[in-house]
Amino acid sequence: MHLLRLNFAVALSGFRRYATYRVATAAGVFTNTVFGFILAYTFIALWHTHPHLGGYDQSQALTFVWTGQALLAAAALMGGGFQDEFHERIRNGDVAIDLYRPIDLQLWWLASDLGRAAFQLLGRGVVPLAVGALAFDLALPASPRRWLLFLPSVLLAVVVSFALRYLFALCGFWLLDATGLNALSALLSLFFSGMLLPLTVFPGALGEVARLLPWSATLQVPADVLMGTQPGSAGAGLAFQAGWALVLLTAGRLLQTVATRKVVVQGG
Amino acid sequence: MDDADGAFIDVRDLTKTFTVRRRSGLLRRTATRVHAVDGISFVLRRGEMTGFIGPNGAGKSTTVKMLTGILTPTSGRLRVAGVDPWRERTRLVRRIGVVFGQRTTLWWDLPLRDSYGLVRRMYRIPRARFEENLARCVELLELGDLLDVPVRQLSLGQRMRGDITAALLHDPDVLYLDEPTIGLDIVSKARVRQFLLTLNAERGTTVLLTTHDLSDIEQLCERVVVIDHGRLMYDGPLAGLHEVGRGERTLVVDLERELPPIEGIPGARTVRTEGPRQWLAFPASASAAPLVSRLAAEYPLVDLSIREPDIEDVIARMYAG
Ligand SMILES: Nc1ncnc2c1ncn2[C@@H]1O[C@H](COP(=O)(O)OP(=O)(O)OP(=O)(O)O)[C@@H](O)[C@H]1O
Ligand SMILES: [Mg+2]
Repeated sequence: MHLLRLNFAVALSGFRRYATYRVATAAGVFTNTVFGFILAYTFIALWHTHPHLGGYDQSQALTFVWTGQALLAAAALMGGGFQDEFHERIRNGDVAIDLYRPIDLQLWWLASDLGRAAFQLLGRGVVPLAVGALAFDLALPASPRRWLLFLPSVLLAVVVSFALRYLFALCGFWLLDATGLNALSALLSLFFSGMLLPLTVFPGALGEVARLLPWSATLQVPADVLMGTQPGSAGAGLAFQAGWALVLLTAGRLLQTVATRKVVVQGG
Repeated sequence: MDDADGAFIDVRDLTKTFTVRRRSGLLRRTATRVHAVDGISFVLRRGEMTGFIGPNGAGKSTTVKMLTGILTPTSGRLRVAGVDPWRERTRLVRRIGVVFGQRTTLWWDLPLRDSYGLVRRMYRIPRARFEENLARCVELLELGDLLDVPVRQLSLGQRMRGDITAALLHDPDVLYLDEPTIGLDIVSKARVRQFLLTLNAERGTTVLLTTHDLSDIEQLCERVVVIDHGRLMYDGPLAGLHEVGRGERTLVVDLERELPPIEGIPGARTVRTEGPRQWLAFPASASAAPLVSRLAAEYPLVDLSIREPDIEDVIARMYAG
């Protein structure tokens, strides 16, 4: 109960911190919308020559684009969020303060990243999706049931994304300059989440593997859950996400134990 | 629970050795050992306010980190409130407050008030107790107008006062302050010092204060622990530091006319002359009276005054020696 309240307070603070940057939010909405239009016209051209590419018709492909724009900031598909801050704290030694507190490091950052994601979903996600829906013919579901499945799928997308970025950020304990690693993490996410091109479009073995990787849980799966195109069922998609979340969070926990032991014993 | 002999913080033969790997060739890396803390021992009693000083790189921050439990000692024994800080960190954390002057425990983008709200949840501070402690700190540290300001907009001195408050909301028994007055102006320093005195007097909080500002120590601490190169140089009352550091008092003598440097006064030596004025140094522990009567008998005295040894000089001499 106490833990729940603490983490809720942390999430709320994460939400508030991002809410203070109004100009950045407005700029983000603008960028997402422009990016959405560029991708949308590219996809229109692509689907015009290859109808039913990746098993999507054109309006489904466009729905995928705008869902991606809605999740881009929330699920930190191009990196960022807590990752930069955590990494900076490792680099400058402020992480000592975090270690000193009566908290669990992973849970703390997860709560704060969920708060951030909640803000960015509302602040940066809703508007681009609405603009996309007005400007194009999207295959958004009419049934509330699908939207109700979409919500937990988005939550799991954020958790998986967090768990991945947490692993990358922890590497900062060994590599003091992890900017290259952060860039790699962002690149992998951009590509394997389906942000640039739905993973269903990837041919052969590459496609099969890409769809099994954890990044696919951050966009491909939520988009399919929303459109009802998830192979199997929406439930299978959610289970896939939850499985990766569990595996990656556990891995993060193990790596965290090793990393903090290193700091505690060697002084970082 | 304290140790049987009343020690609240008990440090015995504490060492910390860092292994630093450096690239020494294309592929070769050599490991060098840094003995940051090299066998120090001291004991702090409950309610004591102790100055912990030493030159840069002496091992002060490393010691404080070990006392808080975020760094394990390489060897030696360490007990805070009868508990090994590293092994039982979660138990001890609620009894310790820490301020690292160079870092902040506050959240950059949040108003102070929100940061304190998070601290309350982390430390599970009962609401009434929290409100009481906050109100007290706000009053004594004059934070009233700043509670709704995001931390990034606070000045250094304001932030430091905010940090000190954050470290005290959970009523710690012991407070470690690592350079809490660094970069503060005179007014802020005075406010922080007065606050620490009040805290120590009213709550009996044990305070270990690290600083490079010796006037902090002079005003706050009766006792000092001096370390250098990870070794204990001095542990005792502030006054006793003068003797150890070969503290000297100075007799400033104005003569009727310019004379050669005064000689032949036992226990004193002339360190400077300037026209009819001469400066004589003598041990801080010696009495000035026999010197003065000797001088008055042998020299044409017009005026004289005594200068107390400067603690900065004393420390500087200790570090150098
Ligand atoms: N994590 C670390 N790895 C390697 N060496 C370290 C580490 N931390 C501290 N040291 C070394 O240990 C010694 C003591 O450092 P420490 O920070 O304790 O000094 P300090 O007394 O606090 O100095 P200052 O007055 O400059 O703050 C220094 O030589 C420092 O370089
Ligand atoms: Mg230091």
